[in-house]
Amino acid sequence: MQISYRLSRSAVQRWMSPARWAIVLLAGVILLPLIRLALAWLDFAPAVWQHLWETLLLEMLVNTLLLMLGVGAMTLSIGTATAWLVTTFDFPGARLAEWLLVLPLAIPGYIFGYAFMALFDYAGPFQTQLRAWFGPSFELPEFRSLPGAILTLSLSLYPYVYLLARAGFLELSSAQRDAARVHGYGDLAILFKVSLPLIRPSLAAGAGLAIMEALADFAVVRYFNTVTLSEGVVRLWIGQMDRQAAIQLASLLLLIALIVILIERSLRRQARYYQFSGQARPLTRIRLRGWRAAMAIAAPGIILLLAFILPLIQLLTWAIEELTTADLSALEAVFGAYLLNTTALSVGAATLVIAVALPMAYALRHAAGATSAGERLRALARLATLGYAMPGAVVALGVLLLAAPLNETILSATGGAVLLSASLFSLMYGYLVRFLALGFNSVEASLEKITPNMELAARSLGAGALRVLGRVYLPLMRMGIVAGWLTAFVDTFKELPATMFLRPFGMETLSVWTYMLASESAWQAAAIPSLVIVLASALLTTLLITRTTKPNLRREL
Amino acid sequence: MAFTVIGTSHLRVASAQANVVNVYSARHYGALEKVFAEFERETGIRVRLSNASSQALLERLRAEGKATPADVFFVIDAGTLQIAAEEGLLQPVDSQVLKTVIPAEMRDPQNRWFALTQRVRTIVYNSNKVKPSELSTYEALADRKWRGRLCMRPATHIYTISLVAGMIANLGEKRAEQVVRGWVANRPTFIDSDSRILENIAAGKCDVAITNHYYVGNALKKDSNFPVKVFWANQNAQGAHVNISGAGVTANALNRENAIKLLEWLATRGQDPGEAGLAGGNNEFPVNPSAQPTEIIKGFGPFKADLAAMPKYGPLQAQAIKLLERAGYK
Repeated sequence: MQISYRLSRSAVQRWMSPARWAIVLLAGVILLPLIRLALAWLDFAPAVWQHLWETLLLEMLVNTLLLMLGVGAMTLSIGTATAWLVTTFDFPGARLAEWLLVLPLAIPGYIFGYAFMALFDYAGPFQTQLRAWFGPSFELPEFRSLPGAILTLSLSLYPYVYLLARAGFLELSSAQRDAARVHGYGDLAILFKVSLPLIRPSLAAGAGLAIMEALADFAVVRYFNTVTLSEGVVRLWIGQMDRQAAIQLASLLLLIALIVILIERSLRRQARYYQFSGQARPLTRIRLRGWRAAMAIAAPGIILLLAFILPLIQLLTWAIEELTTADLSALEAVFGAYLLNTTALSVGAATLVIAVALPMAYALRHAAGATSAGERLRALARLATLGYAMPGAVVALGVLLLAAPLNETILSATGGAVLLSASLFSLMYGYLVRFLALGFNSVEASLEKITPNMELAARSLGAGALRVLGRVYLPLMRMGIVAGWLTAFVDTFKELPATMFLRPFGMETLSVWTYMLASESAWQAAAIPSLVIVLASALLTTLLITRTTKPNLRREL
Repeated sequence: MAFTVIGTSHLRVASAQANVVNVYSARHYGALEKVFAEFERETGIRVRLSNASSQALLERLRAEGKATPADVFFVIDAGTLQIAAEEGLLQPVDSQVLKTVIPAEMRDPQNRWFALTQRVRTIVYNSNKVKPSELSTYEALADRKWRGRLCMRPATHIYTISLVAGMIANLGEKRAEQVVRGWVANRPTFIDSDSRILENIAAGKCDVAITNHYYVGNALKKDSNFPVKVFWANQNAQGAHVNISGAGVTANALNRENAIKLLEWLATRGQDPGEAGLAGGNNEFPVNPSAQPTEIIKGFGPFKADLAAMPKYGPLQAQAIKLLERAGYK
């Protein structure tokens, strides 16, 4: 194996250098908006920071920190507990719950947030019923608050932990459990003393993903009156029309996001070392009966009720009210166009992501060996997937900053006839920066599974590089490419901030439309585009889970 | 890069060729408002809307400058229109129709923007819990007796910013800041939606709030027993805070004729008190003196409006933002 790998490397030596250049170029283009934003530290504006310090900076930092800690702790508890229940025990509905528990991922935060808010704020049906029972002065703690935001984000993000925890539990072998049982351990003792320590890296990686999403969110925290760094960037940029201050704050957010990513990456690396062999006897689930079974049903049941079923019923109720009471002529006039825009943008973004990810992964395979230069290239390619962890508003600001001088040049050269900023190009660029990771991880994973011997064999039979790519690699990578394309499609379909700030004139999408209506509490009207987003994303997520191979699923979700 | 240039120039040429008018609109329901469909039906000119908040649209117009694809800048705040006009983003429109039907105080002295509806941001209260005699001015809501009983719109919304700009114009910055600090000391519940504020008043979360009048009108249209009533604020002083939804033609509009047609249509036919009217469909006050407001808002009774402060919303906007921030108003 080792020898043939060497051979294959020397066989491609003559175009190794272009491959290296391709990676550097592609990664550079993708990192450019983030680099541009990081350069804001060079024109450090003390007056801006002075003002921020005197006003909201401390609150933003404290809230952001508490939000990350709270969401981390809650998603860990919910995700691990539900994953443990459905993988360790067998009870009525367990298999259904195992699948349903992933579905909250299909509801984007900005939709879940307003549906959840409408259900549980003071004027909502839940608290209204409580007042009917316990008297008009009965009141829960203020829902529009940091704890409210933590609860809402956790219910919407726990599937990240759930998926990784579930995979971790499933890889544990029955032998380990049986050995512990022989030593007199009960189910809970096994969980805390054996299973959890073993799958800890997976849990940390899952919580890391949830925390990054919480850091990037600006919509949910705004519904809940919680000023965070991400919300602050939008607040300064749009609310106060102070672009300079927004850029300064965004560069700070960039730094914090980087730190979170580094921590998450190092935890993930530990997770990679931790691989169970597939030879162990698969886990047999313990059958529960009676009150134990009832309790086991209740836990995922309550989570599903709060995180998926109730919000979905609420959205459906609103949509039906709107469809039966409102005059739909105006809706009919625009609905098709908005759906078409959203779909076209998603197809474009997903295709662009794959078009960049494919050559990058392919070039990386050929340019990066075990050498230190290869390691550097690998690190660079990894760096180019950073955008996924960056708040959409920060990416949008970076792209706009980058486009501004170009824009001015074009404007002056054409006498103001042609415009670049906020054009389709900027938006696609923003999507590429945000979502390259989805395509790249998927493509690279499927590429890793192809042994270099295949290429060597094809080449020894006289096939050229392109022919090898077309006849050997692409057919074998088909699933990975499809999975990467679909994930990028779904994420673009529901993407809000970059679309909101970068979309070209008239390119209204379902996500922007929903958010505009929801932020005015026009909930009935907002429910229809919301449901389309949720259904499309639930269907495609299910398709991904059932049709693609397991390792891909684990990487993507 | 060639792709970009071709792509966008194509867009701009295409938008000039077709019989369309491109509108940046901050009106809440965007394309769902019947008035635009009605305009299309009557004139055959297609209205293409791009929706965002007033501030976001101004930011965008600034960034796009002369190359903006927008022909009409239609926002829900006089201050934002004034700023856009001062920065040269809007062009003067010499229209006999607009000058005749829109009163002078409802348009830019240089005719770069025109109000199309008026909205009054005033005090609203739960009529089961508060007597109108307890209410008087915005300033009086800073009194301790309202502690824990107020609902307010956050500082990020342009309505709050212009309300405070108006207060600075009337009371001076120092006194205005005292008032805002008083509101904050009363620990209001911040809710970023006027209609949800009203629902929270009805449910008992708070007793008094400051919202736009038409949200009460729209709630009454659905439920005539809705327990929240409008109180015209500051009637013994300058009058209640008035703002507008209004529009101007962008400096470099490609579809200039269509843009002017749209404005003229909205200032005349669009003033209809019925569902299909800009004012009528949303219970706003028409700007055209010959148009009638809806029966529901006529029921709110006559009032004195603080028109004198309106020209200051733009010049005082930045000051108001800073004041709100200093006073700890979220």
